[in-house]
Amino acid sequence: MSETNTSQPTGLQDKAERNVWLFAFLTFLTVSVAGIVEIVPLFYLDSAMPAKNIPGVVWDRGDKALVDWKEGDGVRPLKPLELAGRDIYQREGCYLCHSQMIRPFRDEKERYGHYSLASESMYDHPFQWGSKRTGPDIARLGGKYSDEWHIAHLIAPRSMVPESVMPNYPWLMANTVDGEEIKSHMRGLRIVGVPYTDADIETASEITGKTEMEAMVAYLQVLGTMIKFQEGVTYRE
Amino acid sequence: MEEAAAEQKYSFDVVRWFAVMTAVYLVVGALVGVYIASELAWPVLNFDSPYLSFGRLRPLHTNAVIFAYGGCILMATAFYTVQRTSGVRLWSDKMAWFTFIGWNLIIVSAVITLPLGITQSKEYAELEWPIDLAIAVVWLSFMFNFMMTLATRKSSHIYVSNWFFMGMMIMITILHVVNSAAIPVGMFKSYSAYSGVQDAMIQWWWGHNAVGFYLTAGFLGIMYYFVPKQANRPVFSYRLSVIHFWALMFGYVWLGAHHLQYTALPDWTGSLGAAVSIAMIIPSWGGAVNGMMTLSGAWDKLRNDYVLRFLIMSLAFYAMSTFEGPIMSIKTVNALSHYTDWTIGHVHSGALGWVAMVGIGALYHMIPKIFHTSMYSNKLINMHFWTATIGTVIYVVAMWVSGIMQGLMWRAYDDYGTLAYTFAESVEAMHPYYAMRAIGGGIFLLGAVIMLYNIIMTVLKAKNEGSVKAAQTAAVAA
Repeated sequence: MSETNTSQPTGLQDKAERNVWLFAFLTFLTVSVAGIVEIVPLFYLDSAMPAKNIPGVVWDRGDKALVDWKEGDGVRPLKPLELAGRDIYQREGCYLCHSQMIRPFRDEKERYGHYSLASESMYDHPFQWGSKRTGPDIARLGGKYSDEWHIAHLIAPRSMVPESVMPNYPWLMANTVDGEEIKSHMRGLRIVGVPYTDADIETASEITGKTEMEAMVAYLQVLGTMIKFQEGVTYRE
Repeated sequence: MEEAAAEQKYSFDVVRWFAVMTAVYLVVGALVGVYIASELAWPVLNFDSPYLSFGRLRPLHTNAVIFAYGGCILMATAFYTVQRTSGVRLWSDKMAWFTFIGWNLIIVSAVITLPLGITQSKEYAELEWPIDLAIAVVWLSFMFNFMMTLATRKSSHIYVSNWFFMGMMIMITILHVVNSAAIPVGMFKSYSAYSGVQDAMIQWWWGHNAVGFYLTAGFLGIMYYFVPKQANRPVFSYRLSVIHFWALMFGYVWLGAHHLQYTALPDWTGSLGAAVSIAMIIPSWGGAVNGMMTLSGAWDKLRNDYVLRFLIMSLAFYAMSTFEGPIMSIKTVNALSHYTDWTIGHVHSGALGWVAMVGIGALYHMIPKIFHTSMYSNKLINMHFWTATIGTVIYVVAMWVSGIMQGLMWRAYDDYGTLAYTFAESVEAMHPYYAMRAIGGGIFLLGAVIMLYNIIMTVLKAKNEGSVKAAQTAAVAA
């Protein structure tokens, strides 16, 4: 069909159209630019996590154990039961309907709370910011409802919120979590940068036999509660 | 005679299989889509079963339409057109069969693992690491075979459709490898190598370029071959194709950041993404115009060429979505549209209107050529055209209305300065639109079933006539 083209290629375009490997190489270069500009800096620029040096944002653990963490100490890795809950959160695809990323708008502050900081998801592999709010944002769900409310809601959402379109999750009551499995998950996360100590990982034995419901509720109750936000502090420009 | 010559010269067996599976997977993918759309309207359909719950079936829907339907039509058309535009047989028949079997096994493994809740929980990249490795191997076999076929071509220049296919193959390889990097912690569980803000940027760099390269560049490859072929006219402008291609390759990659406006991602990244998004209207429309103007002076063909109708309608939707997308990337618009159904509507005007329709048009063009017989029914093609168009319009309109309504309800204040609506009230207000969406999707699904029936009947007709055998064994003048 090239005979019917309205004009003929010249120069580099002509060379590329005659040589598939040259064409492929030029394409490779062209598509690589944006990723280098947009992604690479996020790994070393301080502006990627502007609040990380503000006291109380990221937990400065020293040689403390994970169990020694106190409320207001700042962002820490998830405890074993919470991590088991997060695994279930991923498995059930919760992120498809619930975001965990509050934007800096007045209505979102009133509805959901303080806007989210990058540091709050620094141990989230992968991130769970979500892209859709079929249900509400849950970045700061922790502490808003009682454990009993969550259990009743997860078993039958419409018993608590009649308008809800969320599926029922009765099987979370029947299934149990395995501490040994969570140990291997913690070891994996340590390899990609989550600072778990051997002692932290050992504590996972304790959660064996707990229900998936307990794990899920533990995860939901910690969401957004690790930082105690101070009045008058600018966490992000 | 010409057909027999093509059959004997080129490798069509694998193309036939990919083509038929495309029609099957479109029905499967749309069926799951209609089902989960219905779950949102009538949550009782979740049936308290983990395997049917929305959160597990939604990735199955996206994977089925993108990788099963999309993958099969891309592989069918790439293998078909690279031979025809290069004047040579596929570099390796065996490797093409490896690609076919491998890709279909990956699809089967997705159908099994996703309802079981085995997922990386990264949107559009849910499949776990063993399947990711298989995807990489099969994808590379596809790319290698394609490029080697081009390397051995008889034509002096590489035809434009092949540029777009190649662009897709190269970029998807990069994206898949980088985005899927993960640490396995078991046979069916892994954690992303990246976390938080970096993971978000990488995920949407992947997410938007799965759209930009797989669903746009790849399908533009389809467009640049099948529109001129079906219209029997040359591409409107060669220069426009060159600009379209390089601008798309360079520009599309920047856009991912516009999915993260106002999030914890540094502001400059989102703004950069939005700025380039707006600039992308120009090459996108250049491409749409290039396709549509190919019909310049022959518009009357639309009156009775139903296949051409699909192709031209797809370009209209392509133009519409590539205008809507940049608008939605503008910060003030995004503040309203993000997290709402507007995004879902936008995706489907692209997915149903552009990706599905251009693929369907290509399929209807290709099936008679590779089975060496006429379509079983032209009337059914026309019926499919109208069901697909009407279904898409109903779907998209429902999502526009619900999306904008959601956005407005969430930010509405009453006279006392307090939030006017609870979140639950906004959910309740969505119900009629979710029902309408399910109906629109259902009409689109009906069209896909009509196509599958039409194609099966055509294949059976070809079998009865022995047309494929005849073409393979006919004496051809050398």
